[in-house]
Amino acid sequence: MTGKLHLNEAVIQRARQAASQIADDVTAQVMERTTVAIERTVLRLFGVDGVDAEGVPLANVVVDHALSRDLLAGGIAYPFVGAMMVHGMTAQELAEAIGAGMVQLGTEDLPNRVDIQVKAREMAQYALDGIAANREKRNQYLGRLGEGKQPYIYVIVATGNIYEDVVQAKSAARQGADIIAVIRSTGQSLIDYVPYGPTTEGFGGTYATQANFRIMRQALDEVSEEVGRYIRLCNYCSGLCMPEIAAMGALERLDVMLNDALYGILFRDINMQRTLCDQAFSRMINAYAGVIINTGEDNYLTTADAVESAHTVLASQFINEQLALRSGLPEAQMGLGHAFEMNPMLEDGFLYELAQAQMAREIFPNAPLKYMPPTKHMTGNIFRGHVQDALFNMVGIMTQQGIQLLGMMTEQIHTPLIYDRHLAIESAKYIFNNARHLGEEINFKEDGIIVRRAHQVLAEAVQLLENIVDVGLYQALASGMFADVKRTATGGKGLSGVLMKSADYFNPFADELRVRLGITGTVQQEEVRRG
Amino acid sequence: MMEQLDYRTQIAKPDYTAIRPYGDTMNDGKVQLSFSLPVPDGPEAVEAARLLALKMGIVNPSVVHHEDIGENFTFIVLYGNCVHSVDYAHIQVPKVETEVMNFYEINEFIRTKIGRKITILGACTGTDAHTVGIDAIMNMKGYNGEYGLERYPEIQAYNLGSQVENEELVRKAIELKADALLVSQVVTQKDVHLHNLSALVDLLEAEGLRDKLILVAGGPRITHELALELGYDAGFGPGTLAPDVASFVVQEMVARHLQ
Repeated sequence: MTGKLHLNEAVIQRARQAASQIADDVTAQVMERTTVAIERTVLRLFGVDGVDAEGVPLANVVVDHALSRDLLAGGIAYPFVGAMMVHGMTAQELAEAIGAGMVQLGTEDLPNRVDIQVKAREMAQYALDGIAANREKRNQYLGRLGEGKQPYIYVIVATGNIYEDVVQAKSAARQGADIIAVIRSTGQSLIDYVPYGPTTEGFGGTYATQANFRIMRQALDEVSEEVGRYIRLCNYCSGLCMPEIAAMGALERLDVMLNDALYGILFRDINMQRTLCDQAFSRMINAYAGVIINTGEDNYLTTADAVESAHTVLASQFINEQLALRSGLPEAQMGLGHAFEMNPMLEDGFLYELAQAQMAREIFPNAPLKYMPPTKHMTGNIFRGHVQDALFNMVGIMTQQGIQLLGMMTEQIHTPLIYDRHLAIESAKYIFNNARHLGEEINFKEDGIIVRRAHQVLAEAVQLLENIVDVGLYQALASGMFADVKRTATGGKGLSGVLMKSADYFNPFADELRVRLGITGTVQQEEVRRG
Repeated sequence: MMEQLDYRTQIAKPDYTAIRPYGDTMNDGKVQLSFSLPVPDGPEAVEAARLLALKMGIVNPSVVHHEDIGENFTFIVLYGNCVHSVDYAHIQVPKVETEVMNFYEINEFIRTKIGRKITILGACTGTDAHTVGIDAIMNMKGYNGEYGLERYPEIQAYNLGSQVENEELVRKAIELKADALLVSQVVTQKDVHLHNLSALVDLLEAEGLRDKLILVAGGPRITHELALELGYDAGFGPGTLAPDVASFVVQEMVARHLQ
């Protein structure tokens, strides 16, 4: 750590300690529950794919069927795998049979429980081995082709049509993009199933479907070979289908995934119990797939003031870090989010932005921080916007951010056009190259504006975290501590899909992932980390 | 001795009946354009851009920058002189005509002219999740130093947030006896905002509510003219602050005897 900000290590430890307690409280609640999305994920990982005659995904069909027959609290794996054994069917065949009304779960005489568990665990091993192979394939690409320097240049495509997205993505990769994120169609986070097949119609983005993931992955592999640099693919495992999309991402070798329960709670009004459960399982899958997660703290500053609420971003990063550790996700895969969102007319605003970005860098030295561009104070004045983005890029290179989500001069006007993206990448490459080692040359005055700003934000974050420990995260969210948005534990969408686990709950993927990720328990996990 | 002319008399004045873009000389028609063409970069791409500009009514088109941006696309920056002009003197644009009052005047207006607290609901409807605009108008803190409606003592403001279905908004409007609805639409891809906005009008009419409340649309691509066309009472674009909206709502309520 460079330690330019002279941050007090003891204060940082206090923050981590508080966040750790908060995460333990959440984890205790999460462990008692499962959700329809988690159980659908189990089916998808068993190999259930496709839709029924009405276009409903078979994973939904089977889980809804089990739910209606009161079979879900013990986990879908037991009745489903039991039925596979009884009928001598593959997972896909059984799902289709249930969809066609030919098989009713819970009516068969099942083999004994241990045999079912052995079979289910074998199937889980097989699926996870496939994910491990994908991870290995990524490592081979990285070894053979290499990658761009950090900050990775991250751009979005959002045409609504996967086949147009491919063209835009390849063009961006040729110009220097390192990560391509396919923005989802607006509203997808609130639909409780994953659309199926390649899609060509979306609003403000393109539906996240497994087929779309596969198409884009293929296109990026092709362009990676041509440009001699591995191009990462990003999508969103957030919203009501969070863990299913994490699984699809793992199966189709996505490299980066947005994953943040707090974001869904605050900005999509998703029920907090639902999405925190979904997140814990999602992150285990992300962790094992070698996916870098991106958290959504940056968004707090689109509703709350970026100067006044800077500490809420830091506090949330601490919480996200601790929650991620409890899912076995290493720091190197934690793309904690923050943003350059201050009013550009603020005197010395650049200094404050620099202070906060440097602060995040020093507090989370091993995390590939995801740094978000100005959006709230972007206007239709594209020329000024380009300069705002340039200052943002300057902070990004001076503070060695991990992932720089490039701003577009046309933010607030339209989803990026092919040449908006071109100009953004050109500018970022110019600034990153031209000021590559500037950060290493600079020290900040010990009592200067930048150092004082960082100390203030850290102190406020610690205060906030300790307050949250007292009231609990759920109550903190209910009182509007983050993003000025208030949410309650029983409000929001998706609560009906949360179930208390029965005593004999069985999820072979969660069990196996805990083993493979070395998740031994929350307290020990923290000790491992500290040790 | 030469008589010194007053320089001010020598500055060219625009002809308001025939306005052209201005670069550095009156009526030069100077414009800049940037775009990409789905062709490989090269002299043919440059010529294609030039020909396209001529068809747009831009003479002396000059491609000042062209660049390969991959996948056989070329980025073009072009300058030229627009031959067209417009009659500025006779343009008529519908505008919100009510007088804009400040925070104190609006609250006083409600107390004296309406005589009860009024209820305003705000929402981003349909699948739209972009709340920056509605938040700027509704939230306590407001925007750019101007308080939002939640801060107004005489206004009961409810920000329903993002992705509110029209049906839900109407249900809430009935439940809370709303006097005005503010609908924010940011996403405009494939004109989804137009569908959403007009669907709400249909719904309100079906419920017999349309005449009983003030209906306002807002968003970066919303104009007053567009809002009127869609059956709204007013439309507000970028840069709108809470007093602009509140001033309209309260005066319109009085004008329509909705006290």
